Amino acid sequence: MPEASARPRDAALGSGLGRVLLLVYGVFALSASARALVQITTKFGEAPLAYLLSAFAGLVYISATVGLAIGGARGRLIALVSCSIELLGVLVVGILTTADAGDFPDDTVWSHFGSGYGYVPLVLPFIGLWWIWRHRPRPA
Amino acid sequence: MNGPLSVATIVVALVLAVWYLLRSALNRAPSRYDLLAAAALTVLVAVLLAVAVIGLFDGERPSDTVTFIGYLITTIAFTPVAAYLARLEPTRWGSLILGVACLVIPVLVLRLQQIASVTGA
Repeated sequence: MPEASARPRDAALGSGLGRVLLLVYGVFALSASARALVQITTKFGEAPLAYLLSAFAGLVYISATVGLAIGGARGRLIALVSCSIELLGVLVVGILTTADAGDFPDDTVWSHFGSGYGYVPLVLPFIGLWWIWRHRPRPA
Repeated sequence: MNGPLSVATIVVALVLAVWYLLRSALNRAPSRYDLLAAAALTVLVAVLLAVAVIGLFDGERPSDTVTFIGYLITTIAFTPVAAYLARLEPTRWGSLILGVACLVIPVLVLRLQQIASVTGA
């Protein structure tokens, strides 16, 4: 039963592996934004930069989830932009936190390349971008 | 929250995860029994969380009640959502969805234990 290869090229972005990504991105959207919400409402003064970054990461994951869910040209663009920002974010924050923890007194999803989340935040944007690239529109 | 029930939940989830990942690797869509197994896991998680909630009224409350309740809701809703997505996806990726969900459940249970063990004065 080679279902995977029998899948039409123009199948929706949010089906097949895309549906797995949808679940994982949904989990991260929820956990990153919930974490930011708790951090900002209970102890914002302690590390405003880290907590704002948490909130930003949450928004990026939410928009990636939405992009994958709605699909089509617009959804693909939303997912593409979100995954690119996500990749940039996890790399920049990962390098900064590994080099010098001074500016990040508290953890975010992206700290130390997402080591607190089993490095999934580091791997996820690569899979996401590969999936979106595989779904680039082709001339018929 | 720290009893044999949570250990059982974690073990069952991990065993199911291995099974689903294997099914996905062998290019198999989730069968009826796979979905029933996910439903059984949901029941197990529901019992575990019911015990935890009863524990809330028993004096020892976690200091971070809001986070605890947030995790409770996420944990109870998680397997049904994954099973719903897996039913929409009758391919190997449906099996992968169930496998990923079964890997996340132990994390959620462990986090719940952590939060529950920090009780307020």
